[in-house]
Amino acid sequence: MVERSGYSGVFRTPGFGAVAATITQVDGLPVRRSEDIVRMRQVVRERAIGLGFGLVDQTKIITAASELARNALVYGGGGDVEIAQLAAGMRKGLRLTFVDQGPGIDDIQQALKDGFTSGSGLGLGLGGARRLASEFALESQPGSGTRATIIRWR
Amino acid sequence: MDRIPILKMGEFLLVTIQVDMHDQLALQLQEDLTQRISDESAAGVLIDISSLDVVDSFIGRMIANISAMAQVLDAQTVVTGMRPAVAITLVELGMSLEGVHTALNVERGMTLLRQKVAAPGG
Repeated sequence: MVERSGYSGVFRTPGFGAVAATITQVDGLPVRRSEDIVRMRQVVRERAIGLGFGLVDQTKIITAASELARNALVYGGGGDVEIAQLAAGMRKGLRLTFVDQGPGIDDIQQALKDGFTSGSGLGLGLGGARRLASEFALESQPGSGTRATIIRWR
Repeated sequence: MDRIPILKMGEFLLVTIQVDMHDQLALQLQEDLTQRISDESAAGVLIDISSLDVVDSFIGRMIANISAMAQVLDAQTVVTGMRPAVAITLVELGMSLEGVHTALNVERGMTLLRQKVAAPGG
């Protein structure tokens, strides 16, 4: 994972990005309309199936991706997602990175709490995505944007 | 704009969601269904989601909303056919769909719906 400066607020699950992995393929997709989320779910499913993910693992990563894509769209004003296929020895994984240039998140810890929302949602998106992923990171810079990353290993 | 069809079967309304819904489509269904319950004086609504391989918090909320709105309009709602992987994921996501009646398939769902309508509040 390339470390990038420019995010003042950072949360990472323990061991995030600790597995030395090579990227075998990358797809980039826009997240600018709600139809883009449907398209993204299809691509994530295809990639997860291609990597040999079981049905429950597929469902979890697609659902987590859907939550983060909606956040990027609704709260970030739209953004982009990078879908990277990872290989670490025999392990295969999917890493999804959502980047927006929206208003950012003032308090990352608060944003991760279930039930907290700055909009009209349920406030389950970030916390839910964190629970559904193997690894999770949330980085944000108030005023300039947010980057959310999830990795799910097969 | 696309719409999810709503079928009338006696005093019940039947919806089978067979496409991966984008958000506007889900909101449209919520609106259409609420309107139809009122227009048709429907006693119950059955929503089959056996074709959905993903239910995220947005769709989950729509299902909970429909159920609550139907309740207010004096109609019972049963959601049928949720896939096991979807159930596992929804609970982990933090949505247990409390207050939403569910059944494993349409046949059981119709039986449950008839019971609910015969004995409301039960």
